[in-house]
Amino acid sequence: MVPEALFLSAVLFTIGVVGVLTRRNVIIVFMCVELMLNAVNLAFVALSRLHGMGGQVFVLFVISVAAAEAAVGLAIIIAIFRHHQSVDLQHINLLKG
Amino acid sequence: MNFFFQLTFYFFGLFAIASALAFVTRKSPVAAALWLVNTMFALAVLYVMLDAQFIGAIQVLVYAGAIMVVFLFVVMLLNLGHGSVADIKGRWTQVAALTAGVLLLAEVLVQSRQRVPSPPPPATLSPDVIGSVARPLLTTYLLPFEVTSLLLLVAIVGAVLLAKRRV
Repeated sequence: MVPEALFLSAVLFTIGVVGVLTRRNVIIVFMCVELMLNAVNLAFVALSRLHGMGGQVFVLFVISVAAAEAAVGLAIIIAIFRHHQSVDLQHINLLKG
Repeated sequence: MNFFFQLTFYFFGLFAIASALAFVTRKSPVAAALWLVNTMFALAVLYVMLDAQFIGAIQVLVYAGAIMVVFLFVVMLLNLGHGSVADIKGRWTQVAALTAGVLLLAEVLVQSRQRVPSPPPPATLSPDVIGSVARPLLTTYLLPFEVTSLLLLVAIVGAVLLAKRRV
């Protein structure tokens, strides 16, 4: 069961990466990052069955960091929307050379 | 491990993958968020089946209940409910992203072929589900646990400061 869970984790992480690379809406890109964090959590939980409870404790840390990241990131998205009237990544190109 | 258990595990695994695929392909942000909530519920079921009942409960409460609600709230606040046609990038970016995804998956598969994890130890499940997580959290990992509280405080202050109109 652990190898299957690790495989599922890899598939979910890959879907998240493809989403980050293909979408333009900042909010959906952000949700793809959350999906990647979830995939990593699944790997931690699966491996904690083999190697003790440390993995589950780490999942708690990942969840709290994800919550903090969501709060700050969405605040940044709101600030950007006020500036550009858009959340399209095409319009957010201040650093483009 | 009986047959029904295995079947349920595979069912929810496939359910998670299908919901994640639906999530990355939806145009509307609201539909995408709801499919992601679906994925998180399926993952919570898998956590419970992997003997991490507390993590499963936290997954439903924090991820599906709090984080995704904040996402939906921002979508509503900025009035982005209608997906735009140009949301998904052009053909070449799609091809490049799919290639990157396939390469990443192939790399993981090759890595997992080399070293198969050892079989799980005999199930010595303690009835103390929460205590078995809390004990290492409050002894071995006490310092990271305290630093997390600082991180959350900084995140609250930063979010309020960033989202305010005038400081």
